Formats: sequence, C-alpha cells, structure tokens
Amino acid sequence: MQGPPPPIDTGWGGEGDSSGRGADRRASFTGLFVLLAACTMAFAALSSAFVVRRGLSDMNDWVSIGKPPILFVNTAVLLLSSFLLDASRRALKAGARSRFNLYWSAATGLGILFLAGQAFAWYQLRQAGIFIATNPASSFFYVFTAAHAFHILGGVAALVYVDVQALRLRLGPAKRTAIDVTAIFWHFLDGLWLYLMVLFYVWG
Amino acid sequence: MASPSTHTAHHAPQGFIRKYIFSLDHKVIGIQYYFLGLFSVFLGMSLSLLMRFHMVNPNVVVKWFATLWPTAAAGGIMTPELYLSLMTMHGTIMVFFVLTTVPQSGFGNYFLPIQIGAEDMAFPVLNMMSFWTTFLALVVMVAAFFVQGGAPLSGWTAYPPLSGAGPLTGPGEGMGQNLWILSIAIFCGASLMGAINFIATTVDLRCKGMTLMRMPLTCWTWLVTAILGLLGFAVLLSAGVLLLLDRIAGTSFFLPAGMFINDHIIANHKGGSPLLWQHLFWFFGHPEVYIAILPGMGVTSQLLSTFSRKPVFGYKAMVYAILSIGFLGFLVWGHHMFMSGMNPYSAMAFSVLTMCIGVPSAIKTFNWIGTLWGGKIHFDTAMLFALGFVSLFVTGGVSGIFLGQPALDLYFHDTYFVVGHFHMIMGVAAIFGMFAGTFYWFPKMFGRMMNETLGKIHFYLTFIGVYCIFTPMHYVGIMGNPRRYSDFSNVGYLANAMPLHQFMTYAAFVTATAQLIFLFNLIWSIRKGAKAPVNPWNSTTLEWTVPSPPPFDNFGGVHPVVYRGAYEYSVPGAPTDFIMQTVPPQVIAQGD
Repeated sequence: MQGPPPPIDTGWGGEGDSSGRGADRRASFTGLFVLLAACTMAFAALSSAFVVRRGLSDMNDWVSIGKPPILFVNTAVLLLSSFLLDASRRALKAGARSRFNLYWSAATGLGILFLAGQAFAWYQLRQAGIFIATNPASSFFYVFTAAHAFHILGGVAALVYVDVQALRLRLGPAKRTAIDVTAIFWHFLDGLWLYLMVLFYVWG
Repeated sequence: MASPSTHTAHHAPQGFIRKYIFSLDHKVIGIQYYFLGLFSVFLGMSLSLLMRFHMVNPNVVVKWFATLWPTAAAGGIMTPELYLSLMTMHGTIMVFFVLTTVPQSGFGNYFLPIQIGAEDMAFPVLNMMSFWTTFLALVVMVAAFFVQGGAPLSGWTAYPPLSGAGPLTGPGEGMGQNLWILSIAIFCGASLMGAINFIATTVDLRCKGMTLMRMPLTCWTWLVTAILGLLGFAVLLSAGVLLLLDRIAGTSFFLPAGMFINDHIIANHKGGSPLLWQHLFWFFGHPEVYIAILPGMGVTSQLLSTFSRKPVFGYKAMVYAILSIGFLGFLVWGHHMFMSGMNPYSAMAFSVLTMCIGVPSAIKTFNWIGTLWGGKIHFDTAMLFALGFVSLFVTGGVSGIFLGQPALDLYFHDTYFVVGHFHMIMGVAAIFGMFAGTFYWFPKMFGRMMNETLGKIHFYLTFIGVYCIFTPMHYVGIMGNPRRYSDFSNVGYLANAMPLHQFMTYAAFVTATAQLIFLFNLIWSIRKGAKAPVNPWNSTTLEWTVPSPPPFDNFGGVHPVVYRGAYEYSVPGAPTDFIMQTVPPQVIAQGD
C-alpha cells in the first residue's frame, strides 16, 4: 500500500513546487556554499582595494576615523543572535517546537536590532561630520558596513520567512533545509562582521 | 509497483506567460538567453560597421547620422566622441551580452540538465530571475544611448580617471557612464545567480551512472566557466560599486589628485589609484576571456568527436586542461597591464604564467587534431564551424604569445595588433563555437533541421570574411597603427595602412551581410525546416535519447541511467559506429 507521497523540497524552503521540479537538500547546500564563495570574493576584492589604497596614501589622506563605540554592542548583538539560532536548531532536533520558535524569533529580533545599531553608528558618524567622501578610511568604512548590511538584510529576510512559517505551524520536514541554510548563511555573516571589525580597528 | 527508475511525469504549466515569458523551464530560459544574445550580436555588429565606415570615410557627410545623433554627428559627420561611444558600446555589448550570455547561459541552460540526465536546473526560480536580471541589464545598457550626452567613452574596460571623473571628461561621461556601471553591476548579479545554478546542478543533479569522468566535455566547460564567473563577477561587482561611488559620492578610490581636465582643475579628489581599478578589473577581465571561450571549446570537442566518428582523443587530458586553464586564468591578469609601469619583475612573473596557459591550450589543440586524425569526417555545417573554431583559436593564440612578452607588448599594446588578436581568439572563435552549437543543437531545440546549403554558404563567407577583417589588423598594428583612434587618414606614416583599412571595411560589410543568410536560415528553419529525428547526427549523449524538442521534464518521467562515457564512437565489435551513454554493457555483449 502506498502512503501519501513525501513532501518535495525545492530548496526554497517552500511546500515544493507542485510540479515537483527543483533542487533537493544537497543542491541547496551546494548552492549556499557557492553563494558564500561569491560573497567571500566580493569582500576579498574590497579588502584588497582597502589594503592597496591605504598603502598608496602617500598624500597622507588616510586619516583613521573615530569609530562609534556602539559597534561593539552591535557585535555582541550579532554574536548573540548566532548563538540563539544554534540553540533553536538544537531545540528543534530535540522536538521542542515552542523553544525553537522562541529562540528563532529572538535571533530574528536581534538581527533587526543589529541593523538598527549599524544605522545608529552611521548617524553618530554623520553627527561627527564624517561622511563617505571625508577621507579614504571613512569611504571604506561606509562601503564595508553598507555591503555587510545589504547581506544582513537578505539574512533577516530569510530569518523572518522561517519565523513566520514556524509561528504559523507550517514547519514540516521540508523546511529543515531552509532552517539550516539560513542559519549557516547567518553564521557566515557573523564571521564576516568579526573580520571587518578586525580590519577597522587594526588597519582602519 | 513502480520500477525504481521511473516516477510520475510532470506536466508543463499552461498559459502563455508562465510558459514562454516567466518560464521556470530551463529549455525556455536557454532559448530566451539565445535570442537576447542574437539581438545583442546584431546590435554590436551594427556599431562596429559604423566604426569601420567612419575610419575610412572620416569626412563623408551622412545625413541620417545627423538624424540619429543631432549633436554628436551634427551636420552628418561623426565626432571622435561619438566614435568612442560606439566603440565602448560595441565592446561592452559583445563581451557581456553575447560572449558571456549565449555559450554559457543559452546553450548551457538548455543542454546542461539534459546532458547530465536532470529534469531541470537546481533552482528554477533563480534561473528565471537570472535571465530577467540579464534582460534588465541589457535595457539599462542600451538606455545609455538615449540619455543626455549619449553612451560612455571609456571603452569596455572603463579605465578611470576617464570613467570616474564625471561629465567634464566628455559627453557620454555623465549619465551614460553611470548607466553603464549600473548595467554591469546588474549583469554581475545575474551572472552570479546563473553560476550558483550551474555549479549546484552539475554537482548534485547528475543522473545515476553519470560520474564526473563520463560527463560530456561541454558540461565540464560549463562547470568551469560557472566557477570562473562566480569568482570573477563578484570582484567586478565590488569594483563597479567603488567606481560608481567615485562618480556620485565624491570618494577617491580610483581618482588621483592633481587632475586637470578640459581646462578645469579637479580639486575634490585626491590620493586614489587608477591602477587599482585596472587590477580589480582585469582580475575579472582575464577570466572573462575564458568565460567566453571555454564553452566554445566544449562544443568543439563534442562536435569533432561526433562528426569524425571517433572518441575524443585524450578525454582525461582534456578535462585536466580545462581545469588548469580555469585555474591559471586567475593568475595572469597582469599581462593586460604591462604598459602600466609595473615592476618589471612582476611583469616577468605574469609573462611566464601567461606562457604556462599555452600548455593546456596546446594540449587541447593537439587533442582536437588527434581526434580528427584518421576519422571518417562528415563535413556538415556544424562540423565546419567547429573546424573553423580550431583554426581561429590557433591563429588568435599564436599572436597571444607575442603579446605575452612584456618587451613586445610595450610596442604592440595600443595598436591594432591587439584588436586583431582578441577578435580572433575571443570574439570570432567564440562566435564560431556558437554557430557550431546552433547547427548541432538546432534540431533538438526546435524539432527541425537547418538548411545545410545555406549553412555552408554562410560558413564559407564568414570564415573567409573574418580572416579578411582581422588578419590585416595584425599587419597595420605592426606598422604602429594605434587603436581607439577615430581618424588616422591624415597621419603620414599610416598612409600605407589606409588601403588595408579600406579592405577591412569592405570585408566587414560583406561578412556582416552574410550573417543575414544565417538569420534567414534560423527563422526559416524554425518554421519550415525538415522535421528532425531524435538523433540526426548519431551522437551518443543524453540529449539525443529524447524527442526533439524534449518534453517538459526532459525524460518523460523516466530517470535515465548512464553506463558509459560520452564519446564511444566506432567501438570495435559494436553493431553501430556509436553507442549511446544509456546502452547497458550486456546489450553490446549480445550484439557481438
């Protein structure tokens, strides 16, 4: 006797396209890691531009900018959100759905809070009269933070998507891929931010 | 009970929009890319004809020039700035929207999933978004013609300060250049989406038995091209953002201090490095050359084997050559910058690495000849274009060895020698790869055959034509004829070059006219060509096991199983001179 067919995972975390076409879980992970490689290359290009531009500033136009201390708070917020995501995945593995929802929602909230914190850092810089064209150090600071925030925005969208599905009790087995892919992407952005902090405070 | 190798067949979406416009079907998307490229190639070619016309008739009044460009060609004579904008757009449209788009996104989208036995690409929605993003990029690029000042002047390489310093530097350097950068950034996004799809599909969706070393060489080249695109376009995107900020936000990433442009002192920029742009650009730009040519190499390998009824000579060597070309492609960007005043030791390193690429390239060429050697060669039009590809690749490659020497490049770099070189190896060779692919796969894509007679006329005219256009360029280059100039009719030492330029212009017009034969053949065959059988060329790969055109899910609900490599032609003892990849070993044993 045949039971109902298993849900189809399209790799988009959705119910599965009714036609059944699309990626399986493995392809979603490959796609994710390929995406991370592309992100790494984009930031590597900006970093090499940063190093070269800094080394070239024989005009003495590279002036270290005073970075808003709130960046450390934001870093803590982002790290905490990563830990919460992992805690929520562990909760899901243990079958504790409500704990999963709680942690995941908290992590999503912290992600949004991080964005707000970054916006506040920009606001503080603006108040201090430091704009994107002020000097190369500020230019790179704005470019790096904006590029990172752009990626975070994508990550938050994915977090919110999973959260809405979870709160509406639609978290079938097919959604596990979406959960895992989102979490790995988020951890990557977390690591990327730590790298950027080192870049800002050591060479910026 | 259903057998493990079958599953339910999927039905195509109904309705015009989901079926043909916003389709998720990789085959429809492949055809969409193909026609986007076809539009672009005719647009790009028209621009080149205008340039060639102007070069030999700089003072002839053409009334409709004035109608088209009331300021840039006031009175019917093209200004140098207009010439530069045509050159920029010709290069950009050809490189991005033709050479990058058709061989990879067009044929790759259509045939990668079928050749590896998959129902579709890994992420169909992403695939659709990738096409429409490319389309948007093209719209934005073409829009640059219609804004105030017209299209940008800085060439497809967009070197700052010209590309970064704003409207002062020339008419197209206002909004036109902004749109150019925006379009390229959008294109980068589209290419990244495409690359993710290609890699995930090849890695994870191969059917049972399709090991990596059984993949057709086309799939190998699409995979490596996707990797190159992934790593290259990400860098170009970053560089483009920085350049755009230099233009609109007043930053100084690429703009140095002390610029004096058109009687104006530029005071608001300082400390930037134009060389930084060159490094970032060519870190993308050199792999881009391989993005354009690798899929053509794959098609050529496939066709030489099919039409000489022999296995590809040295399949594994071919795979390793593709991989090493891809790897080395990232280490040689500096050979575009010998003129930049770089440290001679760096130049030497880049030069040696450049010579190293000659090794895998030669392996491929010798293996192509080895494949042909002793084969029963069928000279169908598709095969002629594949042979033409080999010819052009060798011709263009040999001049590359000259340009890879810093000492020679210092002389050649800004001459027509370079123009001849890259058109041969990157432009026309890749285009021949596309023609070969078109004639070979047309029956599968449209269910009809193309006309062979028209195809052969088109091939011979084009093959002879492109040699007539681009060979003399090497000669005038050696004479010292500079490139990117709109008019050298009054330059004394180039007087002897002018008759050659006239010859090249005539050849260009004849060759361009010959492309109308192709266009006619294509459109006529789609509607009226003879019905195509399942496997008109007696090929062995999976796309020739399914109806022409293939059903919506490619294999009609059956999961194909592969038992052998992609090029089993003329196997001793086999009943036919080709064995499909899906034929199990015991069937051949029974046939003995």
